[in-house]
Amino acid sequence: MAREDEMEIDGYQGNETTLPHEFNLNYLKLYYGKLFPHSDLFKWMSYGNDGKHPGCDPSYLSRREFSYTLDNDIYVRFQSFHNAAELENSIKDKCPFKIDIGPVYSVDPSKRHAYAQSGDNVFTPVERELIFDIDISDYDDVRYCCSGADVCLNCWPLMTIAIKVIDTALRDDFGFKHILWVFSGRRGVHCWVCDGKARKLTNEQRSSIADYFRVYKGNENSYKKVSLTGHVLHPFLAGAYSEVLKEFFETKLLTSQNLLSSEERFEKILEMIPDQSATAELRGKWQENRRSSSAKDDINVVRWEQLKQLLQSGKYKAQRLHRCVEEIVFSFTYPRLDMEVSKHMNHLLKAPFCVHPKTGRVCVPINPNHCEEFDPTIVPTLSQLLEELNREGFTADVDGEWNKTSLGSAIRLFRSLFLQPLLEACKKDIETSYNAKLKQSKDLHSW
Amino acid sequence: MQVFPSNTHRNSSSSNDAVSLPTIPLYRSAPPLEVRLEEFESFAIDRLRVLKGISDGLSRGKKPEEMATLVKDLWKANMRHQHASEVLNKDIISHFVLRLVYCRTYEPSVFYVFLFYFSFMPFKHFTMQEELRKWFLSMESALFRYRFREQVPEAQRVIMEEFDLPYKATSNVEYESVKEKLVQVARSLGQNSSTVDAIYYKVPFEEVPELVAGRKVFLSQGWAYVAMNQVVSLLATLFRSQLSKALILTNRKWTSSIREKEKHRLAPIVEALSSSYLGPDYSQPREYGEISLKDIDQVVKSSFPLCMRHLFEKLREDHHLKHGGRMQLGLFLKGVGLNLDDALAFWRAEFSKKVGLEKFEKEYAYNVRHSYGKEGKRTDYTPFSCQKIISSTPGAGDQHGCPYRHFSEENLRAALSRMGVNSRAMEDVMNKVRNRHYQLACTLTFEAIHGTQCDAGINHPNQYFSDSQKIFQQKELSSQQEYLKLKARYESLQRSQRNLMGEDLGPLSSKELESLERQLDCSLKQIRSTRTQFMLDQLSDLQRKVHDIGSRVPYPRFQ
Repeated sequence: MAREDEMEIDGYQGNETTLPHEFNLNYLKLYYGKLFPHSDLFKWMSYGNDGKHPGCDPSYLSRREFSYTLDNDIYVRFQSFHNAAELENSIKDKCPFKIDIGPVYSVDPSKRHAYAQSGDNVFTPVERELIFDIDISDYDDVRYCCSGADVCLNCWPLMTIAIKVIDTALRDDFGFKHILWVFSGRRGVHCWVCDGKARKLTNEQRSSIADYFRVYKGNENSYKKVSLTGHVLHPFLAGAYSEVLKEFFETKLLTSQNLLSSEERFEKILEMIPDQSATAELRGKWQENRRSSSAKDDINVVRWEQLKQLLQSGKYKAQRLHRCVEEIVFSFTYPRLDMEVSKHMNHLLKAPFCVHPKTGRVCVPINPNHCEEFDPTIVPTLSQLLEELNREGFTADVDGEWNKTSLGSAIRLFRSLFLQPLLEACKKDIETSYNAKLKQSKDLHSW
Repeated sequence: MQVFPSNTHRNSSSSNDAVSLPTIPLYRSAPPLEVRLEEFESFAIDRLRVLKGISDGLSRGKKPEEMATLVKDLWKANMRHQHASEVLNKDIISHFVLRLVYCRTYEPSVFYVFLFYFSFMPFKHFTMQEELRKWFLSMESALFRYRFREQVPEAQRVIMEEFDLPYKATSNVEYESVKEKLVQVARSLGQNSSTVDAIYYKVPFEEVPELVAGRKVFLSQGWAYVAMNQVVSLLATLFRSQLSKALILTNRKWTSSIREKEKHRLAPIVEALSSSYLGPDYSQPREYGEISLKDIDQVVKSSFPLCMRHLFEKLREDHHLKHGGRMQLGLFLKGVGLNLDDALAFWRAEFSKKVGLEKFEKEYAYNVRHSYGKEGKRTDYTPFSCQKIISSTPGAGDQHGCPYRHFSEENLRAALSRMGVNSRAMEDVMNKVRNRHYQLACTLTFEAIHGTQCDAGINHPNQYFSDSQKIFQQKELSSQQEYLKLKARYESLQRSQRNLMGEDLGPLSSKELESLERQLDCSLKQIRSTRTQFMLDQLSDLQRKVHDIGSRVPYPRFQ
């Protein structure tokens, strides 16, 4: 029945027999051969354990799970690699449509069966980046421009503010430093928190962070999605509201989504006000002034001001009405995280610089400090990159051929903003723990 | 701790004569106490009652204050001892006995040997024990938490010292620098700003996951500012992790030596205790056998609890459910008795309408087999209990969870009336919902629909199902019997009527013929007597008429 439609099910796409113009296996082969930053991926995943320092853990990379989605949706899990060459060769050889990164296990995941035979239940995840997955399709009830997997410049800003809110809290509240934001290739963003401390969090601690961020509690069967209690907001929420959400809602979202322009839409907001007489008054006002809407002011803004004035005037004293303006803003703008992804170590997440098979777009990093400048519609596509490559001719330079294509800026950003500071920190950590160990054993000997 | 048979003479414990502050033991090591065998068991059962009560309270969604009173009452009711000096001992002994009972967990080495000999070895047994261990951990931690809250500040401080926290209270300078934020957090929790604590501990946020999750602390640069009155959360986390470690050790000791040494004395008691509060295991279909695909729609309407019925209807409507919904419904169906093949067919039929057959086989079939223990870790997963469903956190697009908790009032009312709950019962249900007694609300719904009492209450969706089926079977049984009785009576009447008409007399015995004859004779007599009566009546009527005519006609005059 729905086979020919593009159905979105839990992040997967419906079947399609033909590949889009932007994406086919030959293109992908070229991409992995000439453009994909294999060595950067290797350096990142090694976290400084690349064998140069006596204190590093040589088995670290080989205990990491990679998994591939191959042509025809064949899914291969528990791939692992011992060094940069193995990783690169495997990717070039198998040419996966998608590469997922899993946790670091206690033992090499490709040999997990051998360990299972030995009778010790030792195959278990021990480290994993703290990850977040935000999908625009989870915002379908508050955006009117697109739905499902589609995204346009009117609704993308929802992702931008999600990055701002989460990134700020991860840095200021939780003290994390090495945070990578990546465009998921189509309709959302991924976040990788890579600090040593973050990688070692237990599932319970991960859950607690995810819950700290959770405001949106609605499922499909309750329309009051956000309820804020207490005399004041928690400093984190108060900060997000005053610094990001409020302004975004009032200056952008109201008008770009026409949140109050039609009856159907304003009724949705009125539903969130827990006082019958207040909603009645507003409804009356709005149904009347539809005819006499003045040309110079945007109708959404005017009505929002009326709503705020009424609710904050103290005219109606229903319980919990004082939080209502904030609740509306939160339900329309506050980031909606896929909680399950963040709560457990063993969730897989797509690697950066993969190409989304549907859109052909590369999963490029996003600079959280300038995230409002990011435009998902001009992210380089596979075919575009190959065209650029053809135009430039095959003049390889030291860094590989990506330098002259539009992927160049993305890789440079990945290195300067994320990878270099991360590797420096890792080096320092390895150094200190090595010295501490050395000193300990020296003390032992001298004693 | 030494256990003595009940008949041996008991040394009076001298070490505990000096009862100091009534404080909470941290159960760091088993005390050198002597225990009588019968106390060994009865103390443990008393403590189990407390833990079970806490578990019930939590699953009913009781608020912290209500829980505090509940725990206090439970403790008072069960953990008393006739000698005041023995109360502390009872506390400690019962805790250590339950450690033995619940320490057991997945035992890999033994497990693989088993597997070798009995390839059919059920897996669920191990997950079950794992779950019980977690349950014990959680309940003991909860017990500790609420008992700590009840202590006077001095006693609390003593306990804190015993934990030897590596954190110092914030200095004055530091406190002043973040004071504004701390007040803000306290006010966001509904506390009056004048009562805000001035003593805060600066703790890495990882140590207080519970406070972080509830946004109950101010976080800055990875540090959580924990108020004095929140320290209990920090301690409970520590208590839990220490107990968790201790359980692993106990388990090791138990399997390596105690079990063998105490094969005839303690082991049977421990075994019995471990099964005494298990509750039924719904991972295997119960006595009602299997349900099949063709009558599933009927069964959904009659016997599914609202949470499952909702998921089922949504699945039929959208041909899709998100992961949480698939797990909740899928495991329930497994418990209800849908076998793997039927389950695959069931999910395939729906999902293929939306995602196509091929995609279903690739992406979803694995998960179905996985939940039946046929893939991956090969754990046979047990259906979700009410507690688990109530505490789940459905998000955008999700349909799972407990309707009584996660639906808006309007949606819940609509759903209940579709189930056939009348308006009077509906108010009772909503009342329970408002007070966050979700399981009681479900119980009331059950009673309203089935028209019977449900004294045990609803604790598990599969229990709802089996109780409902039980009632329907009884109802069906009684109507079946009624039908058979009437049918037999009808047939015998028909037969006797025919006999009376003189038909079908062949198979009758002489006795039966005799009685038939008597019966016919009797009726014949009755007919005759009625006829005689009738003739006599007519005769007298005629005589009266003759008399009447005679008196009216004048005698002929002879002239």
